[in-house]
Amino acid sequence: MNWSGVAFLGTRYLARHRRTTLLLVIAFTLVWLLPTSIALVVGKVEEQLRSRAADTPLLLGHPGSPLELVFNGLYFTKPGLATLPLKEATAAAEDGLAQSIPIYARFSAGGHRIVGTNLDYFRFRGLEIAEGRSLVRLGECVVGAKVAEANRLSPGDFIVSSPETLFDLAGVYPLKMKVSGILEPTGSPDDRAIFVDLKTAWIIEGLGHGHDEADELDDDQRLESSEEDEAVSLNASVMEYNEVTPETMDRFHFHGDLEDYPVTAAIVVPNDAKSRALVKGRYASDSSVQLVSPERAMDELFATVFSVQRFVIWLLGAIGAATIAIGALVFLLSHRLRQDEFRHLRQLGADLATIRALVAFEAAFVVLASLALSAVGLLAIEALAPMVIRALIA
Amino acid sequence: MIDLQDVRFSYPSDSFQLRIARLSVKAGETVAFIGPSGCGKTTLLNLISGILVADEGRVEVVDSDVGALNPSERQAFRIENIGLVPQNFELLEYLTIRENILVPFKISSRLRLSPESAERCEALAESSGISSHLDKFPSQLSQGERQRAALCRGLIASPALLLADEPTGNLDPENQEKIVELLLREAARIDSTVLMITHERELLPHFSRVVDVLRLRQGGGE
Repeated sequence: MNWSGVAFLGTRYLARHRRTTLLLVIAFTLVWLLPTSIALVVGKVEEQLRSRAADTPLLLGHPGSPLELVFNGLYFTKPGLATLPLKEATAAAEDGLAQSIPIYARFSAGGHRIVGTNLDYFRFRGLEIAEGRSLVRLGECVVGAKVAEANRLSPGDFIVSSPETLFDLAGVYPLKMKVSGILEPTGSPDDRAIFVDLKTAWIIEGLGHGHDEADELDDDQRLESSEEDEAVSLNASVMEYNEVTPETMDRFHFHGDLEDYPVTAAIVVPNDAKSRALVKGRYASDSSVQLVSPERAMDELFATVFSVQRFVIWLLGAIGAATIAIGALVFLLSHRLRQDEFRHLRQLGADLATIRALVAFEAAFVVLASLALSAVGLLAIEALAPMVIRALIA
Repeated sequence: MIDLQDVRFSYPSDSFQLRIARLSVKAGETVAFIGPSGCGKTTLLNLISGILVADEGRVEVVDSDVGALNPSERQAFRIENIGLVPQNFELLEYLTIRENILVPFKISSRLRLSPESAERCEALAESSGISSHLDKFPSQLSQGERQRAALCRGLIASPALLLADEPTGNLDPENQEKIVELLLREAARIDSTVLMITHERELLPHFSRVVDVLRLRQGGGE
């Protein structure tokens, strides 16, 4: 048999009917690609979510959705999560059974989440400073590797929080934060976060603020106050500082008890298995907070995801089988329409094996091209998976 | 070159039966087969080319007993010895005219495509007046041009025997004349024997011999 001739004739036929060929290749590509890409993305999502969940023993938060708490505490999403007072978060560590690391992940800067926490968080996650130094002063931040890369930040640069009260002129101004350090990349959500001290997060929220001393202000900037009232009220013309500098640092202050200030979650790290059981027992009957195991929350999430995935893949399998059947029908009809062509090739001297090889070549080309295209698609999806996962989690 | 003796052939689902007591064609002859539709002209050509196999009798072509060959030997025999020119051109619509002319080299390993084959393709196209259409597709050519291309394909492998089944059937009188002249001229150039079916009596003077297939069936006279 003349194999090169068969390949030549097959290629020329497919090229001449490139629209039909392209449609068949696309249809077959989708048949292979859709179920495999779903399995790939779900696998990647599971891998990433589970690894972070496995590294986080317990999470404390306001009663509500355990999943939302896990997403806020581990991936810094769901900023609208209900808060709990700091004293509730720190209470988990009061009897020495566990360590409690508060997290306040509500605000953002340039599309990246600002995470208010303390230095224990860096030790707990094993985060290393690649450039600069850790958090020391109020108004400083340490940025994840991806944040630094995306914004071309170096230690000493500034990053401004996104405005929270855009249309309220008397509201809280965005805070200009100085980058004190950049973290080593970890391949986790920490790479895309901006870490600040809890107090800095509260300043962003407007719970703490800085302005000139009332004694140094003009009279018209002070509001009338009754003689019995010791408090001094200032009017809106008093400029609040939007940056913590050595000169303004002393002027920043917080009203009220910091223990009542909000956090969105607290990572609770029991000392051992027994401590874990005791801590869980203590919070089991407390309806004012919820204590969740991120691993268990993920188990529940993926039980649902997998049952949906099984159904979707079954559905795609059925659609795929129908597509393959239609593709086969197209081949058969095309084969039928080409009977005269094949008969004439036989008359010219082509043997039956050559005709069969020609048909097989064309079918194999479509199948192999679709498989190759699927492989390329899978590689692209794998490369884009982190972005897809971030979008899914957000 | 061709010798048929006591040949009988019938189609399985048809009452038609072809009986030929004797037919001989010498090498280099140009023979026109005439006769009414359905008399068996195409069947006769198919028996000679080995596309069909006689039920009885002997069909000897180019020193081969065609009926004694197995199917793959018949394919090989055909590609090596016979050039076919069908009535409906039978050009592959997805190949250019050049590729169509060279198609015998693509469907069998018995013919080897060489630089000489490509040169011969150019020469045939030149003498057929379709050299400017070599890179076009059949759908871009007129009927006459397509028939010329089919003729070039039949001659490309320099066959010992050229079988043409009403190659002028779809053409106007002017083109019929041109095609037959071209066919006979190019066949003569490679010493090819020509058997051609035709209904056009005006074309018969071009041939060295005319065989009435109906009369051949009835009693053996040509």
